[in-house]
Amino acid sequence: MKSLLAPGHRGCAGCCDAMAAKFTLMGAGEDCIVINPTGCLEVMTTPFPETAWDVPWVHSLFENAAAVGAGVEAALKALGKKGNTKVVVMGGDGATLDIGMRSISGAFERGHDFTYVCIDNEAYMNTGVQRSGATPYNASTTTSPSGKVSFGNPRPKKNMPAIMVAHGSPYVATTSLAYPKDMIKKVQKATEIEGPSYIHCHAPCTTGWGFDTSKTVEVARMAVQTGLWPLYEVENGDITKVRKLGKSIKPVEDYLKMQRRFSHLFKMEGGEEEIAKIQAIADKNIEVYGL
Amino acid sequence: MAPENKLDKSKMVVVEGSYAVAHAVKTCRPNVISAYPITPQTHIVEDLSQFMADGEIPNCEYINVESEFSALSALVGSSAAGARCYSATTSQGLELMHEVLFNISGMRLPVVMTIANRAVSAPISIWNDHQDAISQRDTGWIQLYAENTQEISDMTAQAYKISEDKDILMPAMTCMDGFILSHVYEPVVLLEQDLTDEFLPKYEPENVLDPKNPLSFGAFADPNYYTEFRYLQEQAMQKALKKIEDVANEFYDVYGRYYGGLIDEYRTDDADIIIMAMGSIVGTIKDVIDKLRNRNVKVGVLKVRSFRPFPVEAIKNVVKDAKVVVVLDKNISLGLNEGALFTETKSSLYNTDVRVPVVGYMIGHGGRDIKIDTIEKIIDEATEVMKTGIKIESQFTDVKEELI
Repeated sequence: MKSLLAPGHRGCAGCCDAMAAKFTLMGAGEDCIVINPTGCLEVMTTPFPETAWDVPWVHSLFENAAAVGAGVEAALKALGKKGNTKVVVMGGDGATLDIGMRSISGAFERGHDFTYVCIDNEAYMNTGVQRSGATPYNASTTTSPSGKVSFGNPRPKKNMPAIMVAHGSPYVATTSLAYPKDMIKKVQKATEIEGPSYIHCHAPCTTGWGFDTSKTVEVARMAVQTGLWPLYEVENGDITKVRKLGKSIKPVEDYLKMQRRFSHLFKMEGGEEEIAKIQAIADKNIEVYGL
Repeated sequence: MAPENKLDKSKMVVVEGSYAVAHAVKTCRPNVISAYPITPQTHIVEDLSQFMADGEIPNCEYINVESEFSALSALVGSSAAGARCYSATTSQGLELMHEVLFNISGMRLPVVMTIANRAVSAPISIWNDHQDAISQRDTGWIQLYAENTQEISDMTAQAYKISEDKDILMPAMTCMDGFILSHVYEPVVLLEQDLTDEFLPKYEPENVLDPKNPLSFGAFADPNYYTEFRYLQEQAMQKALKKIEDVANEFYDVYGRYYGGLIDEYRTDDADIIIMAMGSIVGTIKDVIDKLRNRNVKVGVLKVRSFRPFPVEAIKNVVKDAKVVVVLDKNISLGLNEGALFTETKSSLYNTDVRVPVVGYMIGHGGRDIKIDTIEKIIDEATEVMKTGIKIESQFTDVKEELI
């Protein structure tokens, strides 16, 4: 399969964005137009006058990628050029869950034929690991640091896939970098379905989360195996497929201890109770999705 | 010498200003319209929506967005994909678009947008002044101001021709005074489809988002490259100075109507006093001038049609022999106590051999009525300036002392 994201970009070793973008392009194919809001992926792939993209690509601003995507789709239709061309947005969690929320909500409500892929590394990595609405409970970031009276981020992450399901999207799916075949298949399905589809990809960031550059996939896999990141598909509002974990479910501790952002939980007084609360989040997922 | 207007009265119909604009947009054959409703722009987008519902705009998609921010953002994608694009807004909506305005201009996307000029909050006001568009002065949009509904209608087609020129590729705002022009019913000649097709060539951009020829749009520029992007935008603006004049003449050749290019003049040839203004107020000023000319007051008006690019040379040429220049502004730069047109006119004359006193009045803010008496009083004061020099350089007009 031809790689549509050229090597030589400025991504870190072990970069989650580069992997997620490649898998997305493998699913979408050559006949696509990519919209990319401001973020690591945009910066590392397009320092003028260079580009890593072998598909048409447009970056406008941080908070408007879904609207830009809607505009691309509308133009293709008006000009009689839509055909099978896929319109694919790839945005980070900040651009998706926080600052771009209005734009995504509007584009999905209007029913544009496009696919939105959120590459979720659970904080504002491009600006130096500040918390976002996707940052998980108790993660230490530069704006939700752990300290003498804090265990880090005080809130659980926003359930964005559920919000997109509530918009009446015909297809919403969660994916993980540790399961590339699953992700490619889901992106392919999403882009083939007419209407606004949503893919939420869990994407561990080596620098932001604090793990060795060789461990991106292992950390991603552990998130799934603990039940903290369930993989599922929702079609027209109904859950149609869930990746079962069976007996391989791991305790969340195994996931947390791989990452610097949770290291305070293993040192601070009261950390055990906090880890138990995170275990409760995983347990709830296991129950809700029947993992 | 300005060409004489050949307005065909047999073709005139009485319509609302907003309808004249919507109809003009239709004849320009847009591919994507994206807008969010806001008073007093609403009638334009309602009329366009009706055209869509009646199947009167072929090969066009209308996006009913959830905000002005997305209205313009969608057009980034549409324009980059090769569509001729249109939007309309005003006031708070335009301010919300601020970030996207820079983006569209920097990406050299020739989007055209009508502004039904309105004051900005707080205090919230739906009535006319120019603070909304003036506050977007530095965003890299061509800004044209119309005096009446016929002009704003015709300006729409002109704006596309200017913006889409390969030497320009800068977006344009066509500005009409909210309510005063957007909601007034006047006889106009609506743009004819066959004439617009003759006047405005098909939009055929060289670079578009196309899977067969993958290009990247909106890359980031480090300090080695950024300056040149800005420099080229300014070069394009300077080229637009001539283009705006050319297009006004080309428009005249096809439709027989002319309003000036960068500027227009009325009875300025022998004028001691030249009033400068933008928008619908120019019509009122012309009436006052006719009245005062009967009393041998040598006064004329210089209408600024293009605020960006700013017509420095054209203004200098008109005011060079005057004895006093009076600039009226429906906006203010708070902290300088001056309106933008006043500040920039002064700046245009500085470092030149034109030595004429310039005074400024801030007038008609938040829709306050501009009365003939007020204009006469300003001209009286200008006569004093000729005799005794400048006492007050820039001031508010019609301030109600009892409210302060």
